[in-house]
Amino acid sequence: MRIEHQRKSDELRVKLLGELDESCSNYVRAAIDNLVDDGGIKRLVIDMSELSFMDSTGIGVLIGRYKRLKPRGIPILLLAPNPTVDRVLGLSGIYDIMPKAV
Amino acid sequence: MKNEMTLTFSAISENEGFARNAVAAFCAVLDPTVDQINDIKTAVSEAVTNAIVHAYPNPSEDDLVTVRTSLSDDTVHIVVSDNGIGIDDIEHAMQPFFTTKPEQERSGMGFTVMESFTDKLEVERNEPTGTVVSMTKTIRGGADWKHKKH
Repeated sequence: MRIEHQRKSDELRVKLLGELDESCSNYVRAAIDNLVDDGGIKRLVIDMSELSFMDSTGIGVLIGRYKRLKPRGIPILLLAPNPTVDRVLGLSGIYDIMPKAV
Repeated sequence: MKNEMTLTFSAISENEGFARNAVAAFCAVLDPTVDQINDIKTAVSEAVTNAIVHAYPNPSEDDLVTVRTSLSDDTVHIVVSDNGIGIDDIEHAMQPFFTTKPEQERSGMGFTVMESFTDKLEVERNEPTGTVVSMTKTIRGGADWKHKKH
């Protein structure tokens, strides 16, 4: 698992590359939290276009970030998950709180 | 003709990727679609993760997870078992969003994903302790493995 990020004005775009499961979940949590805590963002976009695999551990990671950012009024958007990741996300109902970015 | 494979490995999360990719590679002889292989990988990962995260609350080097995969005609049968503490109320544990570890940001979606990504899911107690998760998936449209081999 590798993470890249890009800051555009007040939007933080975090790109997940590789496979997200239990073995790297703490790394992903910490990396996103550290990037967000650098401050000043109004929107977090998680780019999943290079995320080749994710199981429900990833749902827990995303919901954890949502709970952390919601009190700060920072919405999270999910960009371009592959069809299998999209099914896992859809099953959880997560798109109700974290819509797909277009 | 039946074809079987058994993997036994330490109950540590670093082995999740190995387990799902090994099972996927073993199933490749059935010529599954990319979506079917991804379904199998996801279901295996969920079952193995459950065993690693929940079965052994006091981890030791002796904790093991076993994944037995068998192919018969166009059907894949996967059994993931552990010898951990087991599940008190299996029916309750299989409800969507049920988790015993919300403080660890667990989604409680593992069994729901397994059920959705396979054709049949069964969860039973292991003897003398632990849990056995059995999953079956038919690879429709895949190559006819039986006739290819004979």
